[in-house]
Amino acid sequence: MNELNNEKLIELYEIMLKIRKYEERIGEIYYEEKKPFDIAKGPIPGELHLSSGQESSAAGLCIHLKKEDAVIGTHRAHNFAIAKGVDLKRMTAEIFGKSTGLSNGKGGHMHLFDPSVNFSCSGIVGASFPQALGVGIASKFENKDYIAIAVGGDGAANQGTFAESLNLAALWSLPVIFLIENNGWAISVAKNKSTAGNICDRAKAYGIPAECIDGENVIDVYKSSKTAIDRARRGFGPTVLEIKVSRLRGHFEGDPQIYRSQEDFDIAKSKDPVLKFESYLLKNNILNHQQMQAIAEKVDSIINEAIEFARKSDYPSPNEALENVFYGG
Amino acid sequence: MEVNMSRKIEMYKAIAEGISQVMENDDKVFIMGEDIGLYGGIFGATTGLLSKFGSERVKDTPISESAFIGSAVGAASKGFRPIVELMFVDFFGVAMDQIYNHIAKIHYMSNGNLKMPITILTAIGGNYSDAAQHSQNLYSLFSHTPGLKIVVPSNSYDAKGLVISSIEDDNPVIFFFHKGLMGLNWMTLIEESIQEVPESKYTIPLGKANIVKKGEDITFISISRMVYECLNAAKELDIEGISAEVIDLRTLVPLDTDTILNSVRKTGRVIIVDEDYQNFSMSSEIVALISENLGLSLKTNPKRIAYPNTPVPYSKVLEKFLLPNKEKIKQTAKNLIGG
Ligand SMILES: Cc1ncc(C[n+]2csc(CCOP(=O)(O)OP(=O)(O)O)c2C)c(N)n1
Repeated sequence: MNELNNEKLIELYEIMLKIRKYEERIGEIYYEEKKPFDIAKGPIPGELHLSSGQESSAAGLCIHLKKEDAVIGTHRAHNFAIAKGVDLKRMTAEIFGKSTGLSNGKGGHMHLFDPSVNFSCSGIVGASFPQALGVGIASKFENKDYIAIAVGGDGAANQGTFAESLNLAALWSLPVIFLIENNGWAISVAKNKSTAGNICDRAKAYGIPAECIDGENVIDVYKSSKTAIDRARRGFGPTVLEIKVSRLRGHFEGDPQIYRSQEDFDIAKSKDPVLKFESYLLKNNILNHQQMQAIAEKVDSIINEAIEFARKSDYPSPNEALENVFYGG
Repeated sequence: MEVNMSRKIEMYKAIAEGISQVMENDDKVFIMGEDIGLYGGIFGATTGLLSKFGSERVKDTPISESAFIGSAVGAASKGFRPIVELMFVDFFGVAMDQIYNHIAKIHYMSNGNLKMPITILTAIGGNYSDAAQHSQNLYSLFSHTPGLKIVVPSNSYDAKGLVISSIEDDNPVIFFFHKGLMGLNWMTLIEESIQEVPESKYTIPLGKANIVKKGEDITFISISRMVYECLNAAKELDIEGISAEVIDLRTLVPLDTDTILNSVRKTGRVIIVDEDYQNFSMSSEIVALISENLGLSLKTNPKRIAYPNTPVPYSKVLEKFLLPNKEKIKQTAKNLIGG
């Protein structure tokens, strides 16, 4: 299963392209009706954190997952949501705050919940780590082989929850993968100004195997994820995967990025995982330009359909705001 | 010094200026938080401080709230006056032990032998679709524990005077600024929050409410952004012949009970308007205060218009439905006076 044959490579490419193109569209729509920029206005109000440049971490890992495996994402989670198979129409409607959304407009972009594929995320940095432990505990109770992926940024690795969760995961040998998407930034603070030592060394201190991977190359992510996932499924406990990715946009849309040099941005662009993978596929004759174009068109039509669905959907009726505070009430 | 009488500045600048003036006077004051350096704080409250005071006294921190907020305890014990910024109040959870069990209580537990002159700055408020984990107010939650002073300004003039008082206070103070009042160019602006602010250093005492509009028939008691909803309601009610008095509490702890009771004694009717959750809250506390002291002398039962006990939804239509607003205040006032 999951041989890295051409078919698999094309599947990986399609997921990555879908994430990239989806976010480019969402990024455009975000600015509709927001001139002069007002965060509350437009079809997509509020904060918007896009994951452009981070497609490889999501695609390379999630391609190995089963529905039963849980992914617990961050505030920047569209990449993982898409790679985990969250229904794109309902996700988009949620981001538009519509009644057909995953949560009837109650959650929004940072709080996407799709229990049908075991995906969730949140706006609190470092919150995913402990939650993943519980999925691991459940898996062991049930004697199943499903696993949990806790996603965090490099910034999240400085949260106390990371240290606590590493300890517990190691102690109880839980089937959890801590996936650190290291994009070098936590809003305006560069990783080297906020983070002592190496993130992978932290894992090793708890006896957890850890690997630092260059996310420029999705195949590397694919391979390392496979090893980690196999280990977790077979009962050998947690792994930390630190994936070096690029943040191609601001922390959130509207971020003036005054803190970031052009050079840093240029380096990020030169490591674009989607472009890198495209050249790889072309060079190795796995896809030609025409075939790539066909994939792009297919992806575009899926995205268009999702956006149209979201636009055409109704807003929830206002008094639904009072529902679901308590189960059954 | 040049006196510029008509200098109007936004609340974020007023707060930064207040902090800066205390830091100039007192080298025991320093500030820590996420993105407070070059970025000047996500909501601008520390704009310009890094270039003025350098990175020793203006420290960007990792996303480790428990560590850097907790570190304020140790620094205070050595005679420093740390200021820490918790980017959004919603993130309190990851550092709550340090705030609730240590910062708030060490003075008491040490029988007064230690003081904790710590200021926590934090952003509150929604109305821009940031959903359940980035839109809360929560000042009531912090008012509940003994030992914390609670400041919630509504305009730039108050904000500067109050932030200076907060830092200079020998107790821990949490200073809540509403994102929608900061005067940021990326948020819907409330023009009236931008007021004339003296360039010189001045203080506003903690525990002193402000009667922002005089009235005879009914009292609106509020804080932060809701003060403007009350004022707008009061202006329209004036035209209809109903005279409402509007009180901006400015601080919850200490609470200016005299101003509250004097006003309600005069008008006999009261509505408390609060953007924080209704249950076990600021609005509950004020109703209790009024009932205990004025009870049967009131003309009608006290009323509350607060955020229902519901997490903040993302979708605009849902959030707007739950927020207190001018219309709800007007209608409630008319019902009270009519009935
Ligand atoms: C507990 C908590 N503290 C602070 C924040 C504010 N915040 C949101 S995202 C972010 C930076 C996160 O950096 P990182 O984990 O590296 O992820 P990235 O944004 O780079 O993807 C911060 C500080 C938050 N949401 N939660």
